[in-house]
Amino acid sequence: MTKSITQEPLNYLNHKTGLWSWLTSTDHKRIGLLYLYSITIFFCTAAVLGLLMRIEKMAPGQTIMTAQTYNGMFTIHGIIMVFIVVIPGLAAVFGNIMLPIMIGAKDVAFPKLNLFSWYVFITGAMLGLYSQFANGHSPDTGWTFYVPYSAQASSNVVIALTAAFVLGFASILTGLNFIVTIHRMRAPGMTWFRMPLFPWSLYATAWIQLLATPIVGITLLMVIAERTFHIGFFDPALGGDPVLYQHLFWIYSHPAVYVMILPAMGVVTEIFPTFSQKPVFGYVPIVFSSMAIALVGYFVWGHHMFTSGISYESRWFFSFLTFLVAIPSAIKVFNWLSTMYGGSVDLKPPLLYAISFIFLFTIGGFTGLTLGSLATNIQLHNTDFVVAHFHYIIFGGMGFAFFAGIHYWFPKIYGRMYNFKWANISWGFLFVGFNLLYFPLFIIGIQGMPRRYFDYDPKFQMGESLSTIGAFILITGFIGMITNLIYHSRKGAIAPANPWHGVTLEWQIPSPPPHENFDEIPIITHEPYRFDNPYTK
Amino acid sequence: METLFNEGSNLAGAVDRAFIFIFAISFIFTIGITALMIYILIHFSRKRNKNPQQFSHNTKLEVAWTIIPLIIVMMMFYYGWVGFAPMRKVPANAMPVTVIGKMWSWEFDYGNGKVSKELVVPFNRNVKLNLVSLDVNHSLFIPAFRVKEDVIPGYNNYLWFRPIMKGTFDIYCTEYCGLAHSNMLAKAIVVDSLEFNKWLADLKVADNLPDHPGLAIVKANACLTCHSMDGSKIIGPSFKGLYGRKTVVVAGTGEKEIEENDEYIKRSIIDPNIEIVKGFNQGLMLSYKDKISAEELDKIVDYFKSAVEKK
Repeated sequence: MTKSITQEPLNYLNHKTGLWSWLTSTDHKRIGLLYLYSITIFFCTAAVLGLLMRIEKMAPGQTIMTAQTYNGMFTIHGIIMVFIVVIPGLAAVFGNIMLPIMIGAKDVAFPKLNLFSWYVFITGAMLGLYSQFANGHSPDTGWTFYVPYSAQASSNVVIALTAAFVLGFASILTGLNFIVTIHRMRAPGMTWFRMPLFPWSLYATAWIQLLATPIVGITLLMVIAERTFHIGFFDPALGGDPVLYQHLFWIYSHPAVYVMILPAMGVVTEIFPTFSQKPVFGYVPIVFSSMAIALVGYFVWGHHMFTSGISYESRWFFSFLTFLVAIPSAIKVFNWLSTMYGGSVDLKPPLLYAISFIFLFTIGGFTGLTLGSLATNIQLHNTDFVVAHFHYIIFGGMGFAFFAGIHYWFPKIYGRMYNFKWANISWGFLFVGFNLLYFPLFIIGIQGMPRRYFDYDPKFQMGESLSTIGAFILITGFIGMITNLIYHSRKGAIAPANPWHGVTLEWQIPSPPPHENFDEIPIITHEPYRFDNPYTK
Repeated sequence: METLFNEGSNLAGAVDRAFIFIFAISFIFTIGITALMIYILIHFSRKRNKNPQQFSHNTKLEVAWTIIPLIIVMMMFYYGWVGFAPMRKVPANAMPVTVIGKMWSWEFDYGNGKVSKELVVPFNRNVKLNLVSLDVNHSLFIPAFRVKEDVIPGYNNYLWFRPIMKGTFDIYCTEYCGLAHSNMLAKAIVVDSLEFNKWLADLKVADNLPDHPGLAIVKANACLTCHSMDGSKIIGPSFKGLYGRKTVVVAGTGEKEIEENDEYIKRSIIDPNIEIVKGFNQGLMLSYKDKISAEELDKIVDYFKSAVEKK
């Protein structure tokens, strides 16, 4: 352990102190940490709700809460997790902290706008929570707010959509900021194809944020117009069309899935070369597959609506497009494996999380194909199979990539190192718990167990109970992991500037980075992943 | 009765073939990818391999792993499409049954006023279900038949099947529809033609009198979501025996006993949170001031009056 150092070198963490210096900081790294801390708090809240729901479903019938409470819980759990945690998550945290450094810039293009985005985000998050408790109503529409049910109960859906829009606005601003940053602020010599792949994934993500999010705004205006002026858009009582709402909702919310997963892919794409000491395999195909996912991702929303009564033609066409979007994801998996193949592979915690990402994402992806196929979709739509599938993608994919990212960049962010043994043990709990929690839901989903069911047929009890046990194991792992990280962010051994022998720019500056990242802007002379002097030789 | 993977209808076989095809490919790839990953971790571990190779391209390999998955997913798409296409082609001779979904029960209308709580269908005969919703979105799901279609107000959705297995099968609602969503269940019962004809002949003709105008307003405003007609406690007090009933309400800080008369009923609709029936929560109901006119209020009161008198 370290001896106390009287004169620590100045860095972004200690060059100014006090809460106020954080709340007014336009330093991209500090803003990234503001996102990290606020998102972690929201994540823990929603995770506890998830655990309570699992306890409720330990046995059929009422266990610890009423149906009304249960319905409210899955609604809030979904809203927090989707809109407040996962959609902003990776891009806002690691994008903010790492993007400028990785492209050799001192900050993002619009630092004040960046801070403003965080405040917009917090406002949206608060509004989201408020929507759930406004008017004394316990909320129970599900995070999808489908009309006409959501139109009946109260006006909360207007507030909830406003929250989604405000959160989306933070997302638009961040996306805009990143796009301009990437276009204008790359270090001299960093051509597009000399840019590392995490910034590339953020670039693809930012375009989705910029172009898809306004749809939420349009939907919101239509809901308000319907409520206020009784123009029938969605409510059949006013001559509206409930399925139109579903279209608009998914035109935004499906691309939002790629806002979650693209940066996750970007994170692991940084980890594999570093821990293999080998260049990324197929740099250009990875770039194009990110852009392809962003593009095709716009046109597959109909696969959420295969049973809604849309036309036969749209059903098979949306199914067809859905299968096309699988290809770029598959290419990425093969590229990651080939990056490690032939390398000098060091199974440190970040890589451990990254390879479990591949495993879980593969399962999530294949079950996604099962859902994209029309015949099987009819059986699986709105069953627990869907719940398992999207948790494998969002939690197993984005979540584990986030865990991989935090273990990867932790020494850079805090200048200290966590305990490897603790990280590995926590990983074991997380990985086993995760699979036990969600895999049984695939099985009972195929058998027909619908989602959002408070009560269930005893024939599903085996799967439900196993799932609950998994939830406890998962939470244990999460507590272990987060304790390890929090404790060692202050008390950990001092980390060197480049503990993993990475070659991208963030590893070439001190840990933690100085306030403005670089004393002198680097000049880039070659592609990003060149391990000329492998430290291992 | 029902085993895990019954193929209860003519459509199930093709669906299950798509399942088997997709799952088989998925298992092979997932196991292959995982095995390769473990092999890499062991064989190329830093202990064994201090000298990482530096290759980063292999055009042939990259073309292969683009084309082969493309072919595979197109096959998956094809199997899914082939299994699905017949679901939208209803045979002309199919027996129509109207399914009425409402919060939170199913009704199956066989025409001529014959309405059943269970879906009884003749073995090996084509059946078309016309899906009607009286309130919010629902979805009719019969896992054993591999059929599901949303029941959406204002939409003429439908599905069809030919049952090829006798027995009793579960019906679920699979579109979230509120408090008792998970209790919105029914059974599909497949019987011989003869037995079916007898059952249908014996089915009582439902009381088809039009609703009292007051009841129609109550239904149109979805009051029954929270107030039951049968005395059961949902979110708010039941409407059963409402008019003239003596009840204890909490108003402000004190409790008092009141009679549920014209004035009380109207006040409870316009200002629902002034007096709360003891045992229920405040703030759950919003005012219907702008939604229900004074004229309609009279009709509602009249309905409650008549409902009590009838008994």
